[in-house]
Amino acid sequence: MATVKIPPVLRPSVGGEKEVTASGSDVGEVLRALVTDHPQTEAQLFSDGELNRYVNVYLNDEDVRVLDGLQTPVGEGDTLVILPAMAGGA
Amino acid sequence: MSPSGAEVLKQIKAQIDEVDPADVKDGLVNGVVLVDVREPEEFEAGHIPGAVHVPRSYLESRIENAVPDREAHVVLYCASGNRSAWGAHALKELLGYRHVESMRGGITLWKDRGYEVEVPRALTKEQRERYSRHLLIPEVGVEGQQKLLDAKVLLLGAGGLGSPAALYLAAAGVGTLGIVDNDEVDLSNLQRQVIHTTDRIGVPKVDSAEQTIQAINPDVDVVKHAVRLDASNIMEILPGYDVVVDGLDNFPTRYLLNDASVRLRIPVVSAAILGFDGQLSVFAPYEGPCYRCLFREPPPAELAPSCGANGVLGVLPGTMGLLQATEAVKLIIEQGDPLIGRLLLYDALAATFTEVKVHRDPECPICSRDPESISDEEMGVFPDYEAFCAAAG
Repeated sequence: MATVKIPPVLRPSVGGEKEVTASGSDVGEVLRALVTDHPQTEAQLFSDGELNRYVNVYLNDEDVRVLDGLQTPVGEGDTLVILPAMAGGA
Repeated sequence: MSPSGAEVLKQIKAQIDEVDPADVKDGLVNGVVLVDVREPEEFEAGHIPGAVHVPRSYLESRIENAVPDREAHVVLYCASGNRSAWGAHALKELLGYRHVESMRGGITLWKDRGYEVEVPRALTKEQRERYSRHLLIPEVGVEGQQKLLDAKVLLLGAGGLGSPAALYLAAAGVGTLGIVDNDEVDLSNLQRQVIHTTDRIGVPKVDSAEQTIQAINPDVDVVKHAVRLDASNIMEILPGYDVVVDGLDNFPTRYLLNDASVRLRIPVVSAAILGFDGQLSVFAPYEGPCYRCLFREPPPAELAPSCGANGVLGVLPGTMGLLQATEAVKLIIEQGDPLIGRLLLYDALAATFTEVKVHRDPECPICSRDPESISDEEMGVFPDYEAFCAAAG
Protein backbone atom coordinates (compact mmCIF):
# COMPACT_ATOMS: atom_id res chain seq x y z
CA MET A 1 0.00 0.00 0.00
CA ALA A 2 1.22 3.46 -0.88
CA THR A 3 0.40 6.57 1.10
CA VAL A 4 -1.31 9.32 -0.87
CA LYS A 5 -1.10 12.86 0.49
CA ILE A 6 -4.26 14.80 -0.27
CA PRO A 7 -4.08 18.57 -0.84
CA PRO A 8 -6.54 20.87 0.96
CA VAL A 9 -8.79 21.34 -2.09
CA LEU A 10 -9.31 17.59 -2.51
CA ARG A 11 -9.87 16.76 1.14
CA PRO A 12 -13.64 17.26 1.02
CA SER A 13 -13.70 14.55 -1.69
CA VAL A 14 -11.99 12.00 0.58
CA GLY A 15 -13.98 12.62 3.73
CA GLY A 16 -11.62 15.27 5.05
CA GLU A 17 -8.59 12.99 5.24
CA LYS A 18 -5.10 14.46 4.67
CA GLU A 19 -3.64 11.07 3.85
CA VAL A 20 -5.16 7.91 2.47
CA THR A 21 -3.66 4.59 1.50
CA ALA A 22 -4.21 3.00 -1.88
CA SER A 23 -2.79 -0.05 -3.55
CA GLY A 24 -1.31 -0.42 -7.00
CA SER A 25 1.95 -1.29 -8.67
CA ASP A 26 2.32 1.99 -10.50
CA VAL A 27 1.24 5.61 -10.10
CA GLY A 28 -1.76 5.19 -12.41
CA GLU A 29 -3.05 2.16 -10.51
CA VAL A 30 -2.67 3.86 -7.15
CA LEU A 31 -4.52 6.95 -8.36
CA ARG A 32 -7.28 4.84 -9.92
CA ALA A 33 -7.63 2.94 -6.66
CA LEU A 34 -8.03 6.33 -4.98
CA VAL A 35 -10.71 7.27 -7.52
CA THR A 36 -12.52 3.97 -6.94
CA ASP A 37 -12.60 4.57 -3.19
CA HIS A 38 -13.43 8.27 -3.58
CA PRO A 39 -15.25 8.82 -6.92
CA GLN A 40 -15.48 12.59 -6.41
CA THR A 41 -11.75 12.90 -6.97
CA GLU A 42 -11.93 11.58 -10.53
CA ALA A 43 -12.87 14.79 -12.32
CA GLN A 44 -10.26 16.67 -10.37
CA LEU A 45 -7.45 14.29 -11.25
CA PHE A 46 -8.20 12.92 -14.71
CA SER A 47 -9.45 14.05 -18.10
CA ASP A 48 -9.81 11.37 -20.79
CA GLY A 49 -7.70 9.00 -18.74
CA GLU A 50 -4.78 11.42 -18.55
CA LEU A 51 -3.63 13.25 -15.46
CA ASN A 52 -4.88 16.85 -15.59
CA ARG A 53 -2.12 19.26 -16.52
CA TYR A 54 -2.85 21.47 -13.51
CA VAL A 55 -2.26 18.64 -11.06
CA ASN A 56 1.27 17.61 -10.18
CA VAL A 57 1.95 14.21 -8.68
CA TYR A 58 5.18 13.42 -6.91
CA LEU A 59 6.51 10.00 -6.06
CA ASN A 60 8.21 10.80 -2.79
CA ASP A 61 9.98 14.03 -3.84
CA GLU A 62 10.12 13.53 -7.62
CA ASP A 63 7.63 14.75 -10.21
CA VAL A 64 6.21 11.65 -11.93
CA ARG A 65 6.28 13.53 -15.24
CA VAL A 66 10.10 13.30 -15.24
CA LEU A 67 9.82 9.61 -14.27
CA ASP A 68 7.50 7.36 -16.25
CA GLY A 69 4.30 9.30 -15.65
CA LEU A 70 1.36 7.12 -14.67
CA GLN A 71 3.47 4.02 -15.44
CA THR A 72 6.05 4.90 -12.78
CA PRO A 73 6.39 1.88 -10.47
CA VAL A 74 5.26 2.39 -6.88
CA GLY A 75 6.74 0.34 -4.07
CA GLU A 76 5.53 -0.50 -0.59
CA GLY A 77 6.07 2.47 1.68
CA ASP A 78 6.26 5.01 -1.14
CA THR A 79 4.39 8.27 -0.78
CA LEU A 80 2.48 10.00 -3.55
CA VAL A 81 1.95 13.72 -3.14
CA ILE A 82 -0.93 15.22 -5.14
CA LEU A 83 -0.38 18.91 -5.63
CA PRO A 84 -2.64 21.34 -7.45
CA ALA A 85 -1.50 24.96 -7.64
CA MET A 86 -2.59 27.30 -4.85
CA ALA A 87 -2.78 31.06 -5.26
CA GLY A 88 -3.92 32.46 -1.92
CA GLY A 89 -1.81 35.25 -0.53
CA ALA A 90 -4.05 37.67 1.23
CA MET B 1 60.20 43.75 38.17
CA SER B 2 57.58 43.00 35.56
CA PRO B 3 58.68 43.33 31.93
CA SER B 4 57.44 46.30 29.92
CA GLY B 5 54.81 45.91 27.22
CA ALA B 6 57.47 46.52 24.58
CA GLU B 7 59.63 43.75 26.02
CA VAL B 8 56.72 41.29 26.06
CA LEU B 9 55.84 42.18 22.46
CA LYS B 10 59.43 41.50 21.48
CA GLN B 11 59.22 38.08 23.13
CA ILE B 12 55.88 37.39 21.48
CA LYS B 13 57.26 38.24 18.06
CA ALA B 14 60.10 35.84 18.66
CA GLN B 15 57.59 33.05 19.31
CA ILE B 16 55.42 33.55 16.23
CA ASP B 17 55.99 33.52 12.49
CA GLU B 18 56.00 36.82 10.66
CA VAL B 19 55.51 37.20 6.95
CA ASP B 20 56.42 39.98 4.55
CA PRO B 21 53.61 41.83 2.70
CA ALA B 22 55.11 40.72 -0.63
CA ASP B 23 54.65 37.07 0.37
CA VAL B 24 51.10 37.77 1.53
CA LYS B 25 50.33 39.40 -1.80
CA ASP B 26 51.61 36.35 -3.67
CA GLY B 27 50.02 33.95 -1.22
CA LEU B 28 46.55 35.47 -1.56
CA VAL B 29 45.89 33.46 -4.64
CA ASN B 30 46.78 30.25 -2.85
CA GLY B 31 43.96 30.03 -0.36
CA VAL B 32 45.44 31.97 2.52
CA VAL B 33 42.82 33.38 4.88
CA LEU B 34 43.74 36.98 5.53
CA VAL B 35 42.29 38.43 8.73
CA ASP B 36 42.22 42.16 9.48
CA VAL B 37 42.28 42.51 13.28
CA ARG B 38 41.94 46.29 13.46
CA GLU B 39 38.99 48.27 14.81
CA PRO B 40 35.89 48.67 12.60
CA GLU B 41 36.67 52.32 11.78
CA GLU B 42 40.15 51.37 10.58
CA PHE B 43 38.82 48.49 8.48
CA GLU B 44 36.24 50.72 6.84
CA ALA B 45 38.84 53.35 6.01
CA GLY B 46 40.52 50.77 3.76
CA HIS B 47 41.62 47.15 3.92
CA ILE B 48 43.38 44.52 1.86
CA PRO B 49 40.95 43.09 -0.74
CA GLY B 50 39.57 39.73 0.33
CA ALA B 51 40.43 40.21 4.01
CA VAL B 52 37.96 39.06 6.64
CA HIS B 53 37.45 41.43 9.51
CA VAL B 54 37.70 40.15 13.08
CA PRO B 55 38.71 42.90 15.51
CA ARG B 56 41.55 42.00 17.88
CA SER B 57 39.28 42.41 20.90
CA TYR B 58 36.96 39.68 19.58
CA LEU B 59 39.60 37.55 17.88
CA GLU B 60 39.57 34.57 20.24
CA SER B 61 35.79 34.46 20.51
CA ARG B 62 34.96 34.93 16.83
CA ILE B 63 37.80 33.50 14.80
CA GLU B 64 36.08 30.12 14.58
CA ASN B 65 33.22 31.65 12.60
CA ALA B 66 35.62 33.17 10.10
CA VAL B 67 38.17 30.35 10.05
CA PRO B 68 36.70 27.07 11.32
CA ASP B 69 39.66 24.97 10.11
CA ARG B 70 42.59 25.04 12.51
CA GLU B 71 44.84 23.64 9.79
CA ALA B 72 44.10 26.61 7.52
CA HIS B 73 46.90 28.99 6.60
CA VAL B 74 45.93 32.20 8.39
CA VAL B 75 47.68 35.57 8.10
CA LEU B 76 46.70 38.35 10.51
CA TYR B 77 47.41 41.98 9.90
CA CYS B 78 46.81 45.26 11.66
CA ALA B 79 48.16 48.79 11.14
CA SER B 80 51.82 48.13 11.87
CA GLY B 81 52.21 44.50 12.83
CA ASN B 82 51.93 44.65 16.63
CA ARG B 83 48.28 43.83 17.33
CA SER B 84 48.48 41.08 14.73
CA ALA B 85 51.49 39.65 16.52
CA TRP B 86 49.55 39.44 19.78
CA GLY B 87 46.66 37.93 17.88
CA ALA B 88 48.81 35.34 16.11
CA HIS B 89 50.28 34.31 19.42
CA ALA B 90 46.83 33.84 20.92
CA LEU B 91 45.54 31.83 17.96
CA LYS B 92 48.59 29.62 18.00
CA GLU B 93 49.04 29.09 21.74
CA LEU B 94 45.47 29.29 23.02
CA LEU B 95 43.33 28.05 20.14
CA GLY B 96 45.67 25.66 18.37
CA TYR B 97 45.80 27.24 14.90
CA ARG B 98 48.85 25.56 13.40
CA HIS B 99 49.66 27.78 10.43
CA VAL B 100 49.14 31.32 11.65
CA GLU B 101 51.36 34.25 10.78
CA SER B 102 51.45 37.98 11.42
CA MET B 103 52.10 40.35 8.53
CA ARG B 104 55.20 42.44 9.24
CA GLY B 105 54.66 46.20 9.05
CA GLY B 106 50.87 45.84 8.78
CA ILE B 107 48.75 47.62 6.21
CA THR B 108 51.03 50.67 6.51
CA LEU B 109 53.90 48.78 4.89
CA TRP B 110 51.44 47.17 2.44
CA LYS B 111 50.35 50.63 1.30
CA ASP B 112 53.94 51.89 1.17
CA ARG B 113 54.66 49.12 -1.30
CA GLY B 114 51.84 50.43 -3.47
CA TYR B 115 49.68 47.31 -3.14
CA GLU B 116 45.92 47.45 -3.65
CA VAL B 117 43.62 48.64 -0.87
CA GLU B 118 39.85 48.34 -0.93
CA VAL B 119 37.84 51.17 0.59
CA PRO B 120 34.29 50.01 1.33
CA ARG B 121 31.50 52.49 1.43
CA ALA B 122 31.08 53.23 5.08
CA LEU B 123 27.97 52.65 7.14
CA THR B 124 27.04 55.54 9.39
CA LYS B 125 27.52 55.19 13.12
CA GLU B 126 23.78 54.71 13.50
CA GLN B 127 23.70 52.05 10.78
CA ARG B 128 26.57 50.18 12.44
CA GLU B 129 24.52 50.09 15.60
CA ARG B 130 21.19 49.31 13.92
CA TYR B 131 22.60 46.46 11.85
CA SER B 132 25.18 45.31 14.39
CA ARG B 133 23.69 41.80 14.63
CA HIS B 134 24.04 41.49 10.86
CA LEU B 135 27.59 42.79 10.92
CA LEU B 136 28.49 40.11 13.44
CA ILE B 137 27.62 37.25 11.10
CA PRO B 138 30.23 36.69 8.38
CA GLU B 139 27.58 35.74 5.80
CA VAL B 140 26.20 39.27 6.00
CA GLY B 141 28.85 41.60 7.42
CA VAL B 142 29.39 45.12 6.10
CA GLU B 143 29.42 43.90 2.50
CA GLY B 144 26.11 42.06 2.81
CA GLN B 145 24.51 44.94 4.69
CA GLN B 146 25.61 47.29 1.95
CA LYS B 147 23.98 44.97 -0.60
CA LEU B 148 20.77 45.04 1.43
CA LEU B 149 20.85 48.84 1.61
CA ASP B 150 21.35 48.98 -2.16
CA ALA B 151 18.65 46.39 -2.88
CA LYS B 152 15.24 47.06 -4.37
CA VAL B 153 12.54 44.57 -3.48
CA LEU B 154 9.02 44.68 -4.86
CA LEU B 155 6.24 43.33 -2.67
CA LEU B 156 3.15 42.29 -4.55
CA GLY B 157 0.44 42.87 -2.02
CA ALA B 158 0.61 44.35 1.48
CA GLY B 159 -1.65 41.57 2.68
CA GLY B 160 -1.13 38.33 4.56
CA LEU B 161 2.21 37.39 3.02
CA GLY B 162 3.40 40.90 2.17
CA SER B 163 2.87 42.29 5.68
CA PRO B 164 5.35 40.13 7.59
CA ALA B 165 7.79 40.12 4.68
CA ALA B 166 7.73 43.93 4.54
CA LEU B 167 8.28 44.27 8.28
CA TYR B 168 11.39 42.13 8.31
CA LEU B 169 12.81 43.35 5.00
CA ALA B 170 12.45 46.89 6.33
CA ALA B 171 14.09 45.96 9.60
CA ALA B 172 16.91 44.23 7.69
CA GLY B 173 17.63 47.49 5.89
CA VAL B 174 16.51 46.69 2.36
CA GLY B 175 17.01 50.14 0.83
CA THR B 176 13.97 50.28 -1.41
CA LEU B 177 10.68 48.50 -0.81
CA GLY B 178 8.13 48.84 -3.57
CA ILE B 179 4.58 47.89 -2.62
CA VAL B 180 1.83 47.14 -5.12
CA ASP B 181 -1.64 47.16 -3.57
CA ASN B 182 -4.79 49.02 -4.49
CA ASP B 183 -6.78 47.91 -1.46
CA GLU B 184 -7.74 49.65 1.77
CA VAL B 185 -7.27 48.29 5.26
CA ASP B 186 -10.32 46.34 6.41
CA LEU B 187 -11.14 45.07 9.89
CA SER B 188 -11.09 41.47 8.65
CA ASN B 189 -7.48 41.94 7.44
CA LEU B 190 -6.07 42.56 10.90
CA GLN B 191 -6.17 38.90 12.01
CA ARG B 192 -3.06 38.35 9.87
CA GLN B 193 -1.96 41.48 8.00
CA VAL B 194 0.29 42.66 10.80
CA ILE B 195 1.71 45.74 9.09
CA HIS B 196 -1.69 47.46 9.45
CA THR B 197 -3.40 48.68 12.62
CA THR B 198 -6.93 49.12 13.88
CA ASP B 199 -6.79 52.91 13.65
CA ARG B 200 -5.94 52.67 9.95
CA ILE B 201 -9.09 50.89 8.80
CA GLY B 202 -10.14 52.52 5.54
CA VAL B 203 -6.63 53.83 4.82
CA PRO B 204 -4.97 52.68 1.57
CA LYS B 205 -2.75 49.70 2.37
CA VAL B 206 0.27 51.24 0.65
CA ASP B 207 -0.01 54.29 2.95
CA SER B 208 -0.54 52.19 6.06
CA ALA B 209 2.41 49.95 5.17
CA GLU B 210 4.62 52.94 4.48
CA GLN B 211 3.78 54.42 7.88
CA THR B 212 4.78 51.22 9.70
CA ILE B 213 7.93 50.74 7.63
CA GLN B 214 9.10 54.29 8.24
CA ALA B 215 8.52 53.88 11.95
CA ILE B 216 10.68 50.73 11.95
CA ASN B 217 13.47 51.97 9.74
CA PRO B 218 13.84 55.42 8.17
CA ASP B 219 16.66 54.02 5.96
CA VAL B 220 14.01 52.40 3.78
CA ASP B 221 12.66 54.22 0.76
CA VAL B 222 9.06 53.10 0.21
CA VAL B 223 7.76 53.26 -3.35
CA LYS B 224 3.98 53.06 -3.42
CA HIS B 225 2.14 51.57 -6.37
CA ALA B 226 -1.52 51.96 -5.44
CA VAL B 227 -2.75 49.99 -8.42
CA ARG B 228 -3.92 46.52 -9.23
CA LEU B 229 -1.10 44.77 -11.07
CA ASP B 230 -2.21 43.95 -14.61
CA ALA B 231 -0.95 43.59 -18.13
CA SER B 232 -1.17 47.34 -18.72
CA ASN B 233 1.19 48.32 -15.91
CA ILE B 234 3.41 45.34 -15.05
CA MET B 235 6.17 46.22 -17.52
CA GLU B 236 6.31 49.73 -16.07
CA ILE B 237 6.40 48.64 -12.43
CA LEU B 238 8.78 45.65 -12.40
CA PRO B 239 11.93 46.96 -14.13
CA GLY B 240 14.63 48.11 -11.73
CA TYR B 241 13.69 45.76 -8.91
CA ASP B 242 16.20 43.08 -7.87
CA VAL B 243 13.73 40.65 -6.32
CA VAL B 244 9.95 40.30 -6.37
CA VAL B 245 8.13 38.88 -3.34
CA ASP B 246 4.90 37.39 -4.64
CA GLY B 247 2.00 37.44 -2.21
CA LEU B 248 -0.66 37.62 -4.90
CA ASP B 249 -4.09 36.19 -4.22
CA ASN B 250 -5.10 35.01 -7.67
CA PHE B 251 -3.87 32.88 -10.56
CA PRO B 252 -4.21 35.27 -13.49
CA THR B 253 -1.81 37.76 -11.92
CA ARG B 254 0.59 35.01 -10.86
CA TYR B 255 0.92 33.86 -14.47
CA LEU B 256 1.24 37.43 -15.66
CA LEU B 257 3.95 38.04 -13.05
CA ASN B 258 5.76 34.89 -14.09
CA ASP B 259 5.86 35.81 -17.73
CA ALA B 260 6.96 39.40 -17.06
CA SER B 261 9.63 38.37 -14.54
CA VAL B 262 11.07 35.80 -16.95
CA ARG B 263 11.15 38.43 -19.66
CA LEU B 264 12.91 40.86 -17.30
CA ARG B 265 15.04 38.15 -15.64
CA ILE B 266 13.95 39.15 -12.13
CA PRO B 267 13.81 36.37 -9.51
CA VAL B 268 10.48 35.85 -7.77
CA VAL B 269 10.09 34.50 -4.25
CA SER B 270 6.67 32.94 -4.43
CA ALA B 271 4.37 31.71 -1.69
CA ALA B 272 0.75 30.64 -1.51
CA ILE B 273 -1.43 29.85 1.47
CA LEU B 274 -4.74 28.20 2.18
CA GLY B 275 -6.22 27.03 5.45
CA PHE B 276 -3.30 25.50 7.30
CA ASP B 277 -1.16 24.81 4.24
CA GLY B 278 1.53 26.82 2.53
CA GLN B 279 3.71 26.48 -0.57
CA LEU B 280 6.99 28.26 -1.20
CA SER B 281 9.52 28.35 -4.02
CA VAL B 282 12.00 30.67 -5.70
CA PHE B 283 11.67 31.14 -9.45
CA ALA B 284 14.96 32.42 -10.83
CA PRO B 285 14.55 32.92 -14.58
CA TYR B 286 16.80 30.70 -16.70
CA GLU B 287 18.65 29.50 -13.62
CA GLY B 288 15.82 27.27 -12.44
CA PRO B 289 12.24 26.49 -13.37
CA CYS B 290 9.57 29.18 -13.68
CA TYR B 291 6.03 29.11 -12.33
CA ARG B 292 4.73 27.71 -15.62
CA CYS B 293 7.28 24.88 -15.45
CA LEU B 294 5.75 23.97 -12.08
CA PHE B 295 2.10 24.57 -12.98
CA ARG B 296 1.65 24.67 -16.75
CA GLU B 297 -1.92 25.88 -16.40
CA PRO B 298 -4.14 27.06 -13.56
CA PRO B 299 -6.74 24.70 -12.14
CA PRO B 300 -10.43 25.22 -12.81
CA ALA B 301 -12.34 27.26 -10.28
CA GLU B 302 -13.51 24.32 -8.15
CA LEU B 303 -9.88 23.47 -7.50
CA ALA B 304 -8.80 27.08 -7.06
CA PRO B 305 -10.30 28.35 -3.84
CA SER B 306 -8.38 31.63 -4.15
CA CYS B 307 -11.20 32.86 -6.33
CA GLY B 308 -13.57 33.20 -3.43
CA ALA B 309 -13.32 34.01 0.24
CA ASN B 310 -11.52 31.24 2.05
CA GLY B 311 -10.22 30.86 5.52
CA VAL B 312 -6.62 30.89 6.59
CA LEU B 313 -4.96 30.50 9.96
CA GLY B 314 -3.77 34.01 10.80
CA VAL B 315 -0.28 32.88 11.75
CA LEU B 316 0.27 30.90 8.53
CA PRO B 317 0.96 33.86 6.21
CA GLY B 318 3.36 35.07 8.91
CA THR B 319 5.33 31.84 8.69
CA MET B 320 5.27 31.76 4.89
CA GLY B 321 5.87 35.49 4.46
CA LEU B 322 8.93 35.32 6.67
CA LEU B 323 10.28 32.34 4.74
CA GLN B 324 9.85 34.55 1.66
CA ALA B 325 11.70 37.41 3.35
CA THR B 326 14.49 35.00 4.28
CA GLU B 327 14.83 33.79 0.69
CA ALA B 328 14.79 37.39 -0.58
CA VAL B 329 17.61 38.35 1.80
CA LYS B 330 19.62 35.27 0.75
CA LEU B 331 19.24 36.23 -2.92
CA ILE B 332 20.37 39.78 -2.17
CA ILE B 333 23.43 38.87 -0.11
CA GLU B 334 24.14 35.86 -2.36
CA GLN B 335 24.49 33.41 0.50
CA GLY B 336 23.23 29.91 1.13
CA ASP B 337 21.15 27.64 -1.08
CA PRO B 338 18.10 29.44 -2.41
CA LEU B 339 14.88 27.48 -2.83
CA ILE B 340 15.36 27.27 -6.60
CA GLY B 341 14.08 24.08 -8.24
CA ARG B 342 12.46 23.04 -5.00
CA LEU B 343 8.94 23.50 -3.69
CA LEU B 344 8.49 23.58 0.06
CA LEU B 345 5.14 22.47 1.43
CA TYR B 346 4.26 23.45 4.98
CA ASP B 347 1.44 21.75 6.86
CA ALA B 348 0.85 23.83 9.96
CA LEU B 349 -1.57 21.39 11.60
CA ALA B 350 0.82 18.47 11.26
CA ALA B 351 3.86 20.71 11.82
CA THR B 352 5.65 19.14 8.86
CA PHE B 353 7.71 20.49 5.99
CA THR B 354 7.80 18.45 2.76
CA GLU B 355 10.05 19.28 -0.14
CA VAL B 356 9.54 18.22 -3.75
CA LYS B 357 11.74 18.81 -6.78
CA VAL B 358 10.77 21.22 -9.53
CA HIS B 359 12.41 20.86 -12.92
CA ARG B 360 12.74 23.24 -15.81
CA ASP B 361 10.29 22.16 -18.47
CA PRO B 362 12.11 21.99 -21.82
CA GLU B 363 8.73 22.67 -23.42
CA CYS B 364 7.78 25.53 -21.10
CA PRO B 365 5.74 28.00 -23.16
CA ILE B 366 7.66 30.89 -21.58
CA CYS B 367 11.09 30.11 -20.16
CA SER B 368 12.16 27.68 -22.89
CA ARG B 369 12.39 30.76 -25.12
CA ASP B 370 14.55 33.87 -25.32
CA PRO B 371 13.17 36.62 -23.07
CA GLU B 372 13.17 39.04 -26.02
CA SER B 373 10.73 36.81 -27.88
CA ILE B 374 8.03 37.04 -25.19
CA SER B 375 5.49 39.59 -26.39
CA ASP B 376 3.16 41.86 -24.43
CA GLU B 377 0.17 40.13 -25.95
CA GLU B 378 0.97 36.65 -24.71
CA MET B 379 1.94 37.54 -21.15
CA GLY B 380 -0.30 35.95 -18.57
CA VAL B 381 -2.45 34.45 -21.29
CA PHE B 382 -4.36 31.21 -20.86
CA PRO B 383 -8.03 30.24 -21.31
CA ASP B 384 -10.27 32.96 -19.94
CA TYR B 385 -9.79 32.31 -16.30
CA GLU B 386 -10.96 35.56 -14.78
CA ALA B 387 -14.39 35.07 -16.29
CA PHE B 388 -14.34 31.53 -14.97
CA CYS B 389 -13.54 32.72 -11.46
CA ALA B 390 -16.22 35.38 -11.62
CA ALA B 391 -18.74 32.75 -12.69
CA ALA B 392 -17.71 30.51 -9.83
CA GLY B 393 -18.01 33.36 -7.35
